[in-house]
Amino acid sequence: MCRPTHYTIAYEINPWMRLTRQTAHDAARRQWQQLYRLLTHRLRARVRLIRPVRGLPDLVFTANAGLVADGVLIRSNFRFPERQGEEAVVEGYFQRHGYQIVRLPRRVNFEGEGDAVWIGSTLLLGFRFRSDATVHERLGRLLRCEVLPVELRDQRFYHLDTCFCPLGPTSAVWYPRAFDRYGCRVIASRVPDTIAVSEADALRFCCNSLVIGRDVVMPAGVSNSLTRRLGRRGWVVHEVELSEFLKAGGAAKCLVLRLT
Amino acid sequence: MPSENVRISGHIIDSLILPKILDEVMDLDGTFEILSLAIGKRKTDPSTARLTVSARSQHALQMILRRLARLGATPESVQDAQLVRARKDGVFPASFYSTTNLPTFVRYHDRWIPVRSIEMDCGIVVNAEGPKAICIPMARVKRGDLLVCGSTGIKVAPLERSRHREVFQFMHSAVSPEKPKAQLIAGLAREMRVIKRAKRKILVVAGPALIHTGGGPYLERLITAGWADVLFAGNGLATHDIESALFGTALGVDLKRGTPTRDGHDHHMRAINTIRDCGGIRQAVRRRLLTKGVMHACVTHRVPFVLAGSIRDDGPLPDVITDVLVAQDVMRQHLLGVGMALMISSTLHAIATGNLLPATVKVVCVDINPAVVTKLSDRGTFQGIGIVSDAASFLRELCSALKLR
Repeated sequence: MCRPTHYTIAYEINPWMRLTRQTAHDAARRQWQQLYRLLTHRLRARVRLIRPVRGLPDLVFTANAGLVADGVLIRSNFRFPERQGEEAVVEGYFQRHGYQIVRLPRRVNFEGEGDAVWIGSTLLLGFRFRSDATVHERLGRLLRCEVLPVELRDQRFYHLDTCFCPLGPTSAVWYPRAFDRYGCRVIASRVPDTIAVSEADALRFCCNSLVIGRDVVMPAGVSNSLTRRLGRRGWVVHEVELSEFLKAGGAAKCLVLRLT
Repeated sequence: MPSENVRISGHIIDSLILPKILDEVMDLDGTFEILSLAIGKRKTDPSTARLTVSARSQHALQMILRRLARLGATPESVQDAQLVRARKDGVFPASFYSTTNLPTFVRYHDRWIPVRSIEMDCGIVVNAEGPKAICIPMARVKRGDLLVCGSTGIKVAPLERSRHREVFQFMHSAVSPEKPKAQLIAGLAREMRVIKRAKRKILVVAGPALIHTGGGPYLERLITAGWADVLFAGNGLATHDIESALFGTALGVDLKRGTPTRDGHDHHMRAINTIRDCGGIRQAVRRRLLTKGVMHACVTHRVPFVLAGSIRDDGPLPDVITDVLVAQDVMRQHLLGVGMALMISSTLHAIATGNLLPATVKVVCVDINPAVVTKLSDRGTFQGIGIVSDAASFLRELCSALKLR
């Protein structure tokens, strides 16, 4: 994770960001701290921190930095120049910590865990707004796994992890209207138990949740019916207020990059 | 129909990317043909598909390709055309690409650019500004010009066969005198109306037999009624037309009675001499020495004519261009915007013009000798009809089909 020391809205690269709707710095720090404490204390997750860098406000959304698998970092190629500065910082950090770095050719865009989500042993890749469809073949070769590209169609859900959240190898929370009919068919064929959410819940970024064991860390404000549906299936929902990060189009999942 | 080969690979079957691509091509009004499809054996193996995507226009194709690129299908890597500089004026590099008269495209900086003014048996010069690719005859190449060489990065688009039967079928059937001409000529008149409505030009290429057979007045009628926009001919047609206007004979034969006139053998030489004395056909019309005939109609109705010379010419008339390379260039200039060429009883000029025409121009070849009609079609005139007929009879029928009195 990365502390939100320099987190602010410095540009507009998705429909959520508005320069006129600035973040409250203290509130952002408080919210982030709450998430950090929940992960490290209650859920006993081991969290490593990357040093924040002035001028890179979105470094706080570490999930977009790359995809980690077996000591290898497949480093992101950010679509927007505003975020490309993060690439070198992330690469430096992982190099220092003994990871092998894989760089993709410059002309293909790939935004890490933001668009690459595991369901069991298959990697689902969201493309169109941030990552390119062509990258899927290379990922398949690198990871020796099946990679299924699905097209996103709603700008508000510009990363796959904003509209699809796997809860395990066979179930997932998702917002089907962010996908076209091909994507819907692919997901339906791979995930037997899907929990479709309402637009209101999707807009609260309920799909941008972190799953650790049977615990689901969700941004606060989602409907009771969704938490009940999850509860009935045996998931323990932890709500964290992350409204300051929603202003930049991110929530719990975006703030964390999974290392193992 | 413009087309491009694209390649897509990866886990394209289970992700429904391939069906999606095929659906998208059809949704965007294009067509596709799967060239190859290799499906991975295990779940983790990638599959690869190659397909040809075609669309109605270049613009529509680009739209489809842009959409497919987003789905990960990329145009097959085609190398740019090889370009070599000409070492001497009038000489192509040794491995130059020799053109056909079909629509041609050259790959330059990863883009297909259309070749302008395409004609057969020429080279293609590429100009980096624009960029432009222009068809160029051998004699006109300049030292340092960049010529397309070899065969990579060159695409020749076949002409599409029309789905419905039309007059201009491809010249695949043997030319034969035993064909119903009235229907052919009625169909031709319809096609001429279509060409005029499309604001394209009709070119007439004619030989002197047209005058000998008494077809002059009909051609004159076509010109005055606006059905001929350009005339290509030689010294012969103009001479005999002027002879008939001045003396009423063609090669000394009285055109009304069909009998040789006394001392008529020198009429054509006297006609040439008269025009040379005036300084040219236009001057003779202006001085009211020439008051009727095909050439008179051309001058008074501002129909441009190109008279190209040959080695057997008498005179020739001052309007005749005796340098064949210059004549070819002038003919090329007049071919811009031509949609149909009527070639009537001429072998030399018909073949010369046929060589300069792109395959997209419709060609009508009329000759009493089936061999001439066949010869022209054998030389790569794709869209055409051959009519084995005497020139005067053909023109009389055509005038009546066009309702000219």
